[in-house]
Amino acid sequence: MRFVFEKRNTVSKKAFVLVPLVAFLVSLFLTGILLVVFKANPFVTYGSMFVGAFGSWVNFTETLVKAIPLMLTGIGVGLAFRLKFWNIGAEGQLVFGGVTATWVALFWTPFLPVWMVLPIALLFGSIAGALWAAIPGVLKVSLKVDETLVSLMLNYVAILIAQGLYYGAWIDPKGMGFPGTMMFPKSAWLPRFSGRAHVGLFVAVLLGFIMWFVLNRTKWGFEVKMVGQNPKAAKVMGVKIGKTVLSAILISGAFSGLAGAFEVTAISHRLQQGLAMGYGYTAIIVAWMAQLNPIASIFVAVLMAGLLVGGDQVQMMMGLPSAMGIVLQGMILFPMLAGSLFTDYKLKIISKESPEASV
Amino acid sequence: MKKGLLLLMAMLVLLPSMMFAGGDKETAAPGDGKFKVAFIYIGLPGDLGWTYEQDQGRKMIEDQLGDKVETTYVENVPEGPDAARIIRQYAQKGYNMIFATSFGYMDPMVEVAAEFPDVYFEHCSGYKTSDNLATYFGRMYQARYLSGIVAGKAIGQGEAVGYVAAFPIPEVVRGINAFTIGLRKVNPTATVKVVWTNTWYDPVKEREAAVALLDSGVKLITQHQDTTEPQKAAQERGLVSIGYDSDMGSFVGDSVLVSPKWHWGSYFVKTVQDAMDGTWVSHSYWGGLKEGVVELSPFSSRVPQDVQDMVMAEKDNIVAGSWDVFWGTVKDQDGKVVVADGAKMADGDMLGMNFFVEGVAGNLGQ
Repeated sequence: MRFVFEKRNTVSKKAFVLVPLVAFLVSLFLTGILLVVFKANPFVTYGSMFVGAFGSWVNFTETLVKAIPLMLTGIGVGLAFRLKFWNIGAEGQLVFGGVTATWVALFWTPFLPVWMVLPIALLFGSIAGALWAAIPGVLKVSLKVDETLVSLMLNYVAILIAQGLYYGAWIDPKGMGFPGTMMFPKSAWLPRFSGRAHVGLFVAVLLGFIMWFVLNRTKWGFEVKMVGQNPKAAKVMGVKIGKTVLSAILISGAFSGLAGAFEVTAISHRLQQGLAMGYGYTAIIVAWMAQLNPIASIFVAVLMAGLLVGGDQVQMMMGLPSAMGIVLQGMILFPMLAGSLFTDYKLKIISKESPEASV
Repeated sequence: MKKGLLLLMAMLVLLPSMMFAGGDKETAAPGDGKFKVAFIYIGLPGDLGWTYEQDQGRKMIEDQLGDKVETTYVENVPEGPDAARIIRQYAQKGYNMIFATSFGYMDPMVEVAAEFPDVYFEHCSGYKTSDNLATYFGRMYQARYLSGIVAGKAIGQGEAVGYVAAFPIPEVVRGINAFTIGLRKVNPTATVKVVWTNTWYDPVKEREAAVALLDSGVKLITQHQDTTEPQKAAQERGLVSIGYDSDMGSFVGDSVLVSPKWHWGSYFVKTVQDAMDGTWVSHSYWGGLKEGVVELSPFSSRVPQDVQDMVMAEKDNIVAGSWDVFWGTVKDQDGKVVVADGAKMADGDMLGMNFFVEGVAGNLGQ
C-alpha cells in the first residue's frame, strides 16, 4: 500500500473552510504538547490568551489596533499571491508608506487647509507603498528578476531609510538628541474611536469588501484570476499579462503603504522606532490562512492579532518565557502550509496490486 | 473524513471550556493586600548584563520588603508605541507600581501614566516626567571614565580600542566620551572606534560588531550593549576587554579587566518603600558613584596594582565632588573647545550630549 497525492481539479468548498480550521486546531494541539512539557496547563494558557485578546472591550480594542495593519497588508499580499507574484515586501511597503505620510504630516501642514492634511498624508502613504512595490514589479515584468529576493531586500532598505531620517534629518530638535521626529500637528492625527482603535478599521474592512467585489465581479478581477492560474491561456485570450501583474502589484503595495500611513497618523503620531514590527511578514500567514480571500483576510487578521495580543499573557499570567509566545505564533504556520496541500491535492491510497502503483 | 470531523467536533466542544478555564484566572487578583510591582524588560534577565542588573534590583525589593510586596516582570518587550499595551495591562490588573527599564518605553509610559493617576510609574533613562511618572538613571559616565583609564594602561601607546555601541543617543554618546577621556588621560594618542548595532539586545549582532572591530585591529573591546558577547569575542582572540552593566569578569573570565556596573537595588527599595508609605513624589533621579547606583566591579588579577591605585584615587576625587569627567577642558572631534578650562558642563547639556570628544573615530549621524 502507498500514498499518492493527486491534484484536485477544483478546490472543494468544504476543504476551503475545513482545512484552515483543522490546521488551526492542530497547531493548538501541537503547541499544547509543548506547553505540557513546560508544565503549563494548555487549557488555562489558551484561556488566558483568549481573555487577554477578546475578554474585555479594552483588550479587544488592542486586538483591533493590531488587526488593522494585518488586514490591509494581508489583503495586499494576498492579491499579489493570486498572481503567483511572491511579494514578501509588505513590511518595506508599510514602512515607506509611513515615512511618506510622516513627510506630509511634518512638512506640508502649514501649506494645506486643516481638513486636507490627513487625506493627503494617507493618499501619499498609499502611493509610496505602491511605488515601493513597483520596484520588484517592474523588474519582474520587464527583466524577469526574481521578485521574492528584491521585495525582501527592499524591506531592509525602507527600514534603514526610516532610521536614517529619524536619527538624522528629521530628528526632533527639541528631543535632546533622542531618535524620533517631532509629534505631528493634531490635524494629522487620525481619529480613534475607542482606546487606541482608530477609524482605519472601517476603511480596512470596506476595502476588503471592495477588493472581493473587484476580484469576483469585474473584468480586471477575472483577468487576475486567469493570469494567476494559467498565464499561457490568459495570453491566448488576449490578456496583457505584464499590465495585469503590474497593476495588481501597485494595488498590493498601496494597501501596505496605507497600513503604514495609519500606523504613524493614528498610533505613534510621529516616526520613530517600532514602525517595522513585522506586520508585513505576519501578513503572509494571514493571506494563506484566508486562502487569499480578501473578506476572509479581515477575520483572519483579527484572529492573528488576537494571537499576538493574547501572546503577552503567556508571559504575564502564565510566567512562561517570552519565546513561547513566538513559538506559538510560528506553530500556526506549519499546519497551515501542510493544510494548503490538502486543498489543492487529495490523498489517494493505492494498494500494491493496483495497476496504478507504478505512479 | 468522518474521523476528522469527529475530532473537529471534539475540539470545538473543548474550546469553550478553555475559555472558562481562563476566566477564573483573570478574576483572581494577584496577591492579596500586597503592594504589587511590575517590571518591563527589554531583554532577558539571563542576559548577564543590563536586564540582569535590573532584575537583581527587583530581587532586592523582594528580599528587603518581603511579604509586603509582590513583584513580577515581563521580558523581551519591544520599544515603541506597542509597549503601551503591556504597561496598560499591568495597570489594569491592579499593579501599584510599574518600572519600565529602557529608553524607548518613554512615550508609552507617559500615555499610560496619564490614564492611571493612582499608579506609580518609574521610567529608566528617559526625560519626561509627570505627577505619577518619575525617571531614574545613573551617572554611568563616571564609572566609564575610570574604566577608560584601565583600558589606556592595558594597550600600547596610540593603539585603538573597539566600542560596540547600541544607539547614537545621548546616554551612549556620554559613555563613549567619558571612556575616551579616561583612555586618553593615560594614553594621549589612543583612539576609540565606534560601531553602532542599532539594538540593545541582540547577542548575534553584538558579537558580529565586536568581531568586525577586532578584524580592523583594535587591541581591546568595550561596549554599550546588554550581553557579554563582545567580551567573549575579545577573549576568543586572546585580547582583553572592559565590561559593562554587570561584573562581566565573573561570567566571562579574567580577560575582562573591570566593568562599570549598575546597582539598582538600593534605589528600588527606597522608591518602592516611599510609594508604600505615601511619601513618594515625582522625581528625576540621577545618582552616581557617590550614591552607589553606579560602581566599578572588582578588578581582574591582570590589572597591575599601581593602575588599580590610580583608578581608586580618581574615584575618590569624583565621589568627593572635587572633580568630574566633563569639567573643562573638553574638546570635540574637530578639536573645538566645548567646555572651557575651569568650566563645568551642566546636567542638562550632559543629558542631551550629541557630539564626540577628541579621540573618537566614528560619527553620530549614522
